[in-house]
Order: sequence, then C-alpha cells, then structure tokens
Amino acid sequence: MTSDSVLSLQAATLTFGDRRLWNNLTLEVKAGEFLAVLGPNGTGKTSLLKTILGQQKLTSGSIEFLGEPVGRGNRRIGYIPQQKLLEQGTPLRARDLVTFGVNGNRWGLPISSRAVRAKVDGILEAVGATEFANVPVATLSGGEQQRIRVGQSIAGDPRLLLCDEPLLSLDLHHQRQVSELIDEQRRALNTAVVFVTHDVNPILGMVDRVLYLAGGRFRVGTPDEVLRSEVLSYMYDTPVEVIRSRGRVVVLGAPEGYGVHDHLGHHVERSSASSTSGQVL
Amino acid sequence: MGDLWGQIFGFANYGELLVLVHNSIIAGAILGVVGGLIGPFVMTRDLAFAVHGVSELSFAGASAALLFGVNVVTGSIAGSLLAALLIGVLGSRARERNSIIAVLMPFGLGLGILFLALYKGRSANKFGLLTGQIVSVDNPQLLMLIIISLVVIAGLVFVWRPLSFASVDADVARAKGLPVTAISIAFMILLGLAVAVSIQIVGALLVLSLLVTPAAAAMRITASPVLTPVLSVVFAVTSVVGGILLALGGGLPISPYVTTISFLIYVVCRIVGSRRGRRGNNGRVSTAPKVPAEVGA
Repeated sequence: MTSDSVLSLQAATLTFGDRRLWNNLTLEVKAGEFLAVLGPNGTGKTSLLKTILGQQKLTSGSIEFLGEPVGRGNRRIGYIPQQKLLEQGTPLRARDLVTFGVNGNRWGLPISSRAVRAKVDGILEAVGATEFANVPVATLSGGEQQRIRVGQSIAGDPRLLLCDEPLLSLDLHHQRQVSELIDEQRRALNTAVVFVTHDVNPILGMVDRVLYLAGGRFRVGTPDEVLRSEVLSYMYDTPVEVIRSRGRVVVLGAPEGYGVHDHLGHHVERSSASSTSGQVL
Repeated sequence: MGDLWGQIFGFANYGELLVLVHNSIIAGAILGVVGGLIGPFVMTRDLAFAVHGVSELSFAGASAALLFGVNVVTGSIAGSLLAALLIGVLGSRARERNSIIAVLMPFGLGLGILFLALYKGRSANKFGLLTGQIVSVDNPQLLMLIIISLVVIAGLVFVWRPLSFASVDADVARAKGLPVTAISIAFMILLGLAVAVSIQIVGALLVLSLLVTPAAAAMRITASPVLTPVLSVVFAVTSVVGGILLALGGGLPISPYVTTISFLIYVVCRIVGSRRGRRGNNGRVSTAPKVPAEVGA
C-alpha cells in the first residue's frame, strides 16, 4: 500500500442472498484521485458507498480508510447526497448546513465560535454561495442546494469525498457547475473523490479512473480503457456499442434495467427487464 | 350574554387568586419553555402526529394511575414513554410510523376511557386529564413536573446540535459518524417526558397546542436555528401563562385560553410570514448583476 492511499479494498466481495454484486474487488484510491463509479442500477454502486461508510458489511475481503478498517461513518469523509427537496419551513439557512459540516457532531447548543464562523464564511465564498448564505435552505434552487452540499462536505477537512449521484435532477448547466466545483475543491484540498453516477458525461473530463460495475463483474481503469465496446459487451454479456461523439460517451444496446437513463428508475434496486435501449453513460 | 362573558373573563378578587396559583404559573412557564424548545424538533422530524399518539397513551397511563390510586404524573410518564419508545423503535419511516400511531392512539384512548369509567372519585379529575387541570395540581406533583421539565430541557441542550443535524440531514450525519438511531431514540424519550408533563396542564387532547403550534408559528417567520426555538419558547410561555391568568377569574378550564392564544399567535405569524414571502425578502443579498432567477429542480 502506498503512503498516499486513502481508500483500499482488498478482495472485497458483497453478496445479497444468491445475488453477487461484486466479487474480489481490489481497488486503491489515492489522495487527489477522481474515481467515477458507473454501472446500471442494482449492481452495488450505492452499496459500495455504504460499505465505505461502514453501514454495509462485506461478505468477504477487507476495506480500509486511511489505513484503518472502516467504522460507522467518519469525520474525514465528506458525503454529498442526491439533491432532495427539503421541507418548506425547515429552520435552517444555507450557512447552517455548512456549519454542520464543521461541528455538527459536537454535543451541546449550536453556538459557533468566531473561528468556526470565519471558516464557514470562507467555504461559502469558495463554493460561490455567499449571496444566499442566509437564505432558508428549503427555498434554494437545486443547483444552489448542491453548491451548499459541496461546501458542507469539504467543511470537515475530508480526505475522501463520497458523491452519491449529486448531479441527479439538476439541469445541464448546473450539472456542469456543481461537478466543476467538486473537481476544483478536490484539487485545492488534494482530496480523493469517489463519484457514483449513472451518467459519466458531466464529469468525463475530470475523471482519473472509472470503476464499472455490471452483471456481477467489474472493471477498473481510465475512461478510455473501460468505456469501450469490447469491455462493456463482455460485462453485459451481450453486444453493446460504445460511441464517442463530441466529447460525450453513449452506450447503445445495454440491457434495460441495467441502467436506463431515467431519473425515476434510479431508485429501483433490482430490475429484471431485458429489452434493450440506448443508454447515455 | 353578559353572564357568558363574565363566565369567560372574570377578574373579581384577582389579586388573592393570583397568590393562590403562583406555583401553577411558575410550572406553566417552565412547561412553556419545554414545549417551545422541543417543538421545532417535532416539526422538523415530522412528529406532530406522534405527539398526539403519545399523549393518548399517556392519558391511558394517567387514568390507570387515578383508578389504582397511584401518582397520576407517574402513570402519565409510564404511558407516554412506552408509546414514544414503540413509535421510535418501530416507526423509523414516516409511513410505518403513521400507521403505528394510528393503531396505538385509539387503543390508548379506549383504555383511558375504560379506567375513567371504573374510577369512582371526583369527576373533575377525569375531565382534567383530557382537557387540562393545572390549578388542581398539588405541590408535590408540581415539584415533580418541574424536575421532569428540567430534565427534558437539560437533555435537549445536550443533544441539540447533533439532533438538529440528524433531524434535517440524517444521511450526511450518519456518514459523519453520528449515532443517528440512538439520537432518535433519545429524542423520543425526551418527547415522551415532555408530553407527560404537558398533559398535566393542557390535557391529553390539547397537547399539540403546546408542543407544535408555537414552533409552527415561529417557523413561519424565521429560518434561523437560534431564533426559531427562542420565538417558539416566547410563544409557548405566552400561551400557557396568559391562559392561566385569563382562566383564573372564570370557572372554566384553562385549556381553551391556552389553545386560543397559541392559535392566534400562529395566525399572526402566518400572515406576517406570507407577506414577507410575497415581498421576496428571504435574506438573499445580491452581490452580482441580477441573473435570471433559477427554478428549483
């Protein structure tokens, strides 16, 4: 293991009953590295994140964060969830969400020291959120909320950013803005990024390596190595065509339910549909 | 008409009465603090219905205590803790939770009615459990209420920040290593205690006016995590103490006064909040030339 390894999986296997999500996954993520986790629904992308957060136990193998077995959550991990609507009237402003990133796990009243407030101001500025720092979170737009999420995730000086479909339900413009922000911050802080997504295109230019999960198999490598017709055809066990066009990757012929480009379908854990369709990756 | 008015608002011998109930006023104020502090969490955790469910089981516990001649506050606490833990453990998801509450609530109310029907004592006691009875609370009980209230306040102060974090943002809080489930169970225990003490003042049917209405009102006019509980406490204390003071002269229970005051505060806050919303005054400062407004995704 190299000294700047942040996350390390050794022969990690995860099965649910007789369903094998991934087998013998060995992976090393280094500081500053941007790893995209791709693949259809139900292949264990989210389970991988849960494993890293200690919420899901491996069937076999080991997983270490900063050289130690993972525990239940970790202060040095920043987590960016999907954009979701917060209840109108939630007593929380944008800056409060970021403040939780700094000291949310300290007991007591939510009174922040001057140093914490200054730090939060700095983060808000870094993510371009000063303008709406005092606005109730529930009234922010989706793009603004995800900006705040990025701020919150970097507030605890993380070594690893876990991103769980953070661009979902954002329009293209905000997808680009938010992903650029994540990229900018990982460079500034030399943080490793594990980015789960069903659409690699918004982050294609930033990704160092791809972990592709499908059909109980996995592939790790640069986007050029993995996102190829032969590789994906082997993984899906059916002829699949990967087309690169104007800097975008499109996968044609991947079995449906193996990751349709459909936001509503995203939460379907297991899908058995077998018709084919075009898939934007 | 004049008679009716005199019955609702009477101020004869007010000074003497005031001396008589000054303990109750202190207790009422402390309960207001409890309700006001816990209310914003009830709202953000979407537990308003749970409060109602807990209060019905608390009522069952209290009426059982009345029947068997044990301390009513103890019975009330036993009932509400049982309900709060059941709801907390079994109902981690909103939908499950609501069905569990809907099952528990009529059961609790039914049990309570059974115990009250069997009870041969003063009927004022019976009615009081449902609709409030602070003036009839005796000194040792009053002391107990105050102690429990202080326990709830101390507990809330201790878990405040992680609780707020976990309430609005459970996934991220869990990722950060917070024991989100344990925090949620701890909160249900505090809520159970708060319900049990509130019942002694406003009665089982009207607990929401103390634990939910003030917070809901505050959340209409501010999103500050500091100002929300402060206003909520001010509203709750105003409602309880104001209710006791107004009820003193007439021969009526205090709960209608308490609920009316807290309702009026809510109405005012709603109006103020919606006016502010229409003006678009939500704290946004413009630092750049105006760009087209973003539409929430």
